[in-house]
Amino acid sequence: MSKASQQRAMRKLVFTLIGWVVGLLMAFPILWMALTAFKTERQAVETPPALFFHPTLESFATVLATTNYLRFVFNSVAIAGGATLLSVALALPCAYAMAFHPSPRTKGILMWMLSTKMMPAVGVLVPIYLLFRNLHLLDTRTGMIGIYTLMNLPIVIWMLYSFFRDVPHDIVEAGLLDGANTRQQILRLLLPLTAPGVAATILLNLVLCWNEAFWSINLTATNAAPLTAFIATFSSPEGLFWAKLSAASLLAVAPIMVVGLATQRHLVSGLTFGAVK
Amino acid sequence: MKTHILLGLASALLLPGLGMLAPQADAATTLTIATVNNPDMIVMQRLSAKFEATHPDIKLNWITLEENVLRQRVTTDIATHAGGMDIVTVGVYEVPLWAKRGWLTPFTNIPASYDVDDILKPVLSGLSYDGKPFALPFYAESQMTYYRTDLAQKAGVTVPAEPTWPQLAAIADKLNDPKNGIYGICLRGKAGWGENMGQIGPVVNGFGGRWFDLKWQPQLTSQPWEDGVKFYVDLLRKDGPPGAVSNGYNETLALFAAGHCAMWVDATVSAGFLANPKQSTVVGKVGYAAPPYTTTKIGSHYLWAWSLAVPSTSHNAAAAQEFITWATSKDYIKLVADDQGWASVPPGTRTSTYQSPDYQKAAPFAPIVLNAIDSADPHHPSILPVPYTGIQYVGIPEFQGIGTSVGQQIAAAIAGQKTVKAALAESQSETARVMRRAGYLQ
Repeated sequence: MSKASQQRAMRKLVFTLIGWVVGLLMAFPILWMALTAFKTERQAVETPPALFFHPTLESFATVLATTNYLRFVFNSVAIAGGATLLSVALALPCAYAMAFHPSPRTKGILMWMLSTKMMPAVGVLVPIYLLFRNLHLLDTRTGMIGIYTLMNLPIVIWMLYSFFRDVPHDIVEAGLLDGANTRQQILRLLLPLTAPGVAATILLNLVLCWNEAFWSINLTATNAAPLTAFIATFSSPEGLFWAKLSAASLLAVAPIMVVGLATQRHLVSGLTFGAVK
Repeated sequence: MKTHILLGLASALLLPGLGMLAPQADAATTLTIATVNNPDMIVMQRLSAKFEATHPDIKLNWITLEENVLRQRVTTDIATHAGGMDIVTVGVYEVPLWAKRGWLTPFTNIPASYDVDDILKPVLSGLSYDGKPFALPFYAESQMTYYRTDLAQKAGVTVPAEPTWPQLAAIADKLNDPKNGIYGICLRGKAGWGENMGQIGPVVNGFGGRWFDLKWQPQLTSQPWEDGVKFYVDLLRKDGPPGAVSNGYNETLALFAAGHCAMWVDATVSAGFLANPKQSTVVGKVGYAAPPYTTTKIGSHYLWAWSLAVPSTSHNAAAAQEFITWATSKDYIKLVADDQGWASVPPGTRTSTYQSPDYQKAAPFAPIVLNAIDSADPHHPSILPVPYTGIQYVGIPEFQGIGTSVGQQIAAAIAGQKTVKAALAESQSETARVMRRAGYLQ
């Protein structure tokens, strides 16, 4: 083997090692959570913590016996799915208008929309709570779909806007000349051209809705509580709870992790869509 | 076609949500109960099926949350008159404050069969305002000393039945064996009004200190505070576990249960956890003693009661109070004893529990707990006169912020980032600023 190829192999090995270390560091909290979920409460608090132990499903059994896990899953799916669809449905025409028919205020409006994300959610808790109370939306999936849609709409519009902006105007104009109306331009031209980007936007929005905890804990009780509220159930001020909390967390993140793993190729290609010309 | 599929999918996901707009056709009264995830509360949740069986017209819905989240949720719900909760879990700190604001419904029609006089006096007094109870206790606790009998025997030391803090410090010195993973004493270091300050407040009271004088002037740079906090910080730094600043109640419980602490001073309710082989490695090796004091026993151990109350915004107050009187009754305690054994009954609430021979047999620490609760008087928390009630807290709305801020300063001293004197000086000026802004000081 020549010296140059040896150096190349060595460099590849070093980068692979660095990649693994960084990857493991980033995944460590999830891995540790998964490990703790299969321990007993006593093993979970042992110092030094045991890496090798006899795994048990005791915590999962307790968690599933004391709560209605499937109801929480159903609420998460309905709320995250509903909010994602509603956000995309609202954001598509909005991003189209901004990308292809910009006005002098378009940039300002985009910045203003983003600025709504800069305020801490707790700052508007009381007004939102009062609104929900008066509209009878407390502890309803409708209310949660509404708040999650509003919460993520700026991000969805921004992402779709940036994907649409990369589409040459000539293509849309050609469609216009062929007699395509706005709906057809969006559905027949833009969506197929930006499909990876739109898919990435949908997935990201789904993940953001799935993991949101502040509003779900504050605005739901029993009927519309999603999985984030389910996790919060297992934190105890008096008594050991790490294993149960880890089991509940694993059960909560499992569905979205499966979706994420199944679609990660599309997610990455979507997020980098248009980045390299 | 694709559009239709999309619309169908959207409807499938949105309709379950929209369905919630329709009022539920339910003739039964539904009570929403907000609670914390303490083991005793979980048992109550399970056994409440028996209440539903005997009260078919009442259905129970549970919201279980982390303590601070629960407090925030309940406060928001009550303050905005949302009426989303019918029963809330509250402590002795909140009850008088919320009762004063008209947020809670008083218990005015307690049935004679409930035997309200059976409830331990300091507990009922802590849950009353203007002479009326606004909450009923589910379980109550004070503090006590736990120690490892095997380690004490091996080292040839005896823990007195009523120890002082200096005596415990001397024993901790002897039992401290960090090389073998045994620390002389475990105490809370994590910052928080309900964490390290829940323990440091009583220590300072036991040194003859107080939070405020009669004119609401903070006393955090007074001699008892300096002596008490210095003692606590030095003890923890010398004989405590490493990283004590991140240890709250649960972490110290875990350390003691895993066999890493020779002694521990904390909540009386821990005795039950330490006797459970599923949670503890030190079953059968734990000795019990009274909570320690220094110059005075007055205010040297705290009183806390997890209790059930009905917000004034509830539309089902009568049914809610009916459930509460069931869940805090003698019959409920008997129900838990039959179901889980006497060692698992909610402690600290009723004289009859402590008179039961079955309980005395199952809980050898019972007399210490009863004595600690009986002698904890939130109305006289200090040897000096004070304008407030509360032993480990001060019964004013501003205390949560003040307590946590002082707790952070002392945590910094425990971590060695500043001296006790500097931490207390900063605490004093911050507390004075808050009290001035709140109008207590001119």
